[in-house]
Amino acid sequence: MKDRDPMKELMPFYQAVEDPAALGRSITHKKIIGTLCSYTPEELIYAAGFHPMRLFSSSKEIHLAHNHLQTYCCSVVRGVLEDSLSGHLDFLHGAVFPHTCDSMQRLSDIWRLKKRYPFFADVILPAKMNTPSANAYMAAVLERFKADLEADGGITITQQALADAVHLYNRIRSTLSSIYAHKSKYPASLTNRDIHALVKGSMLMDRQQTAGLLDKVARRLASADPAAEHAQNRGTKRLILSGSVCDMPGLYDLFQDTGAAVVGDDLCTGSRWFEGLTDEDDDPLAAITRRYARRMVCPAKHRGLHTRAAALVEKAQRLKADGVVFVLLKFCDPHAFDYPYIKGFLDDAGIRSLVLELDDSQDSLGQLATRIETFIHMI
Amino acid sequence: MTRTIDRENTKIAAAKKMRDIMTTYYLDALSAFQNNRQVAWITSGGPVEPLVAMDIIPVYPENHGAMIGSAKMGEELCSKAEEMGYCADLCAYARADIGCSVAKGGPIGGLPKPDMLICCNNICGTVLKWYEVQARYYGVPLFILDTPVCHTGFFPETAAYVKAQITEYIGFLETVTKRKLDMDRLNQVGHLSFEGQKLWQQVLRTTAHKPSPMSAFDAFFFLALIVTLRGTTTAVDFYRELLAEMNDRIAKGISVVPDEQYRLLWDNLPVWHRLKWLSKKFSDHKACLVADTYTSAWCGAIQYIDPDNFLDSIAQAYTRIYLNIGIDQMADQVLDMIRFYDVNGLVMHSNRSCKPYSFGQMDIMHIVHKKTGIPVLMLEADMVDPRSFSESQMDTRIDAFMEIILQRGTTLKG
Repeated sequence: MKDRDPMKELMPFYQAVEDPAALGRSITHKKIIGTLCSYTPEELIYAAGFHPMRLFSSSKEIHLAHNHLQTYCCSVVRGVLEDSLSGHLDFLHGAVFPHTCDSMQRLSDIWRLKKRYPFFADVILPAKMNTPSANAYMAAVLERFKADLEADGGITITQQALADAVHLYNRIRSTLSSIYAHKSKYPASLTNRDIHALVKGSMLMDRQQTAGLLDKVARRLASADPAAEHAQNRGTKRLILSGSVCDMPGLYDLFQDTGAAVVGDDLCTGSRWFEGLTDEDDDPLAAITRRYARRMVCPAKHRGLHTRAAALVEKAQRLKADGVVFVLLKFCDPHAFDYPYIKGFLDDAGIRSLVLELDDSQDSLGQLATRIETFIHMI
Repeated sequence: MTRTIDRENTKIAAAKKMRDIMTTYYLDALSAFQNNRQVAWITSGGPVEPLVAMDIIPVYPENHGAMIGSAKMGEELCSKAEEMGYCADLCAYARADIGCSVAKGGPIGGLPKPDMLICCNNICGTVLKWYEVQARYYGVPLFILDTPVCHTGFFPETAAYVKAQITEYIGFLETVTKRKLDMDRLNQVGHLSFEGQKLWQQVLRTTAHKPSPMSAFDAFFFLALIVTLRGTTTAVDFYRELLAEMNDRIAKGISVVPDEQYRLLWDNLPVWHRLKWLSKKFSDHKACLVADTYTSAWCGAIQYIDPDNFLDSIAQAYTRIYLNIGIDQMADQVLDMIRFYDVNGLVMHSNRSCKPYSFGQMDIMHIVHKKTGIPVLMLEADMVDPRSFSESQMDTRIDAFMEIILQRGTTLKG
């Protein structure tokens, strides 16, 4: 698996992830609402006529956020705040904060008090995703968010607009899933970095455009010669990544350089964002609520005591993974609490794993290279 | 929590009684199994009243965490959890408790094994993860009371959701114990809980008097009963006595800090492993930490409690607690305390173990500074894990802070 230029259909994704702020500034036909979490009900934002755009930390160094958040706060929360305070996100009309972890909870407060943008909303999700009362509450929370968006835009979000948004998001999700499945089947068909660009780019670009571009990628992949693809894949080690936000293209390259392919993940900036479709033959809000209830949980949410570990083992076995790499952000409590028990489940299933504690803003991956190489050679 | 007040003449008499009550409580809890009683582990901000009404012994891992910290056993037990794969950046209460469950160590040889776990996330998201860990370890049922954070208000859907869960909570207890909850008994417990919280509030408010009859360090110690025995006559009787003693001290002019000159407000959990050192440090500067945002949380939502309609009212009372609101509302409460207790400065403990309490502190600091002009000191430490504590650095910073307070005092007087 040698480095190579990405296929031309991927170029828009690479351009988008290269400089998300530049992309944001170039989108002028819609107001942009920043999102920070895969639990953001983006369909509502889209249906209200806004462009939902995932925010990633672009800040290598923290200066302004130091006045608000201590050093023991994760680099995503601090980095996104730095981007906001430095004016890097001035193209935003606003942002939405689904309730997840304690750090995001306080980022929401700090952000709201700064009043930098016209629009602000909390989407105070339940912490439990597995009880009828929590699901009923979730539906009411979505109704409130819908009303917040309507009040801001001075519009009414029609059922048709919602249904259209659900349809479009389903198209994006199912195409991304099929592309990822193709990569899993033929690991050499796309590089690890291609997958990073595809998923991240899809979270950033205009959604109609994204859907069209993903279709093109899927068609291109489908046209490849399976025999030739099979031939390229011998000896490739198959990896699954598990964690929250993983926005380190260099890390994907490191895996590539050691002959390992990312064939699946349990990431917030990965399959947790696009796995599972929303029923299109039901009331859209009810269907969105149901998708969240069924979706693989982030560890800040509760859906049973063994749900995440069992699902990860199942995924690793289904995708014939040689190993799982935990990409944990430093100071991310929910993931750090789950790591020992999930590792135990993987051990019991005979699946090797490696844990990397990462700082989203770190430049040098050099120190990780040796550990990753050792792990890849071992599995 | 075995702190003693080191100055003989200012000793609070009720302290001994309090220690006796806590000893009895822990002996009861530790022998629950022999006495055919069930034990529920519950988070410090969780609704304990249904447990008391059903004769289930509530046990508080957080109180135990404070004991571990005070006994300076935090490092050893946290390290144990770290060996098990838990990251050293996680909450030290959780790490110490997880470590203690396996090592059976700690100041009382570990907590009694739980029959059930009750987790209310009004204080943090950490307790959810922590209680999941313990539910897997002990293999016992877990009830999660999910209290959505009230960033800007308490919404009808929040009220409906928490109310529904209170009903589910009772159902959970009845299933686990195979007994019915006696509503009359619950109402009695509700009245006692309300009474206890009122008395606790009155005790805390005695420190508005100059000089203050007790300090936040005493409040950290006397807090244990309103946490662990809320809803019992033991707590009500004890706080009534403590209140009388405080009023007596006021009448006699007994201050906890000799020659009190400066009054300070403390924010966040205590540094349990350095209470004595910190107390002496401030006392040497003739400064009394008269109040804190932490111990007042156990009477902070009292306005939402209706003792005659207890079960309905606790949905709101347990959701709208200090930590479960927006930082602007927290800042308002801090400002109220600054005025009420007439303090000269604010000391904020930036507590590595507690992100929801610590993140936002800097904004609160800016708000306080802007609105009152009083000096604010931020100390970085950890409530239990001593490895984040630098005594020499702390010493210098407190000296510098007190120097500013002193100069300011002189300016104001001059």
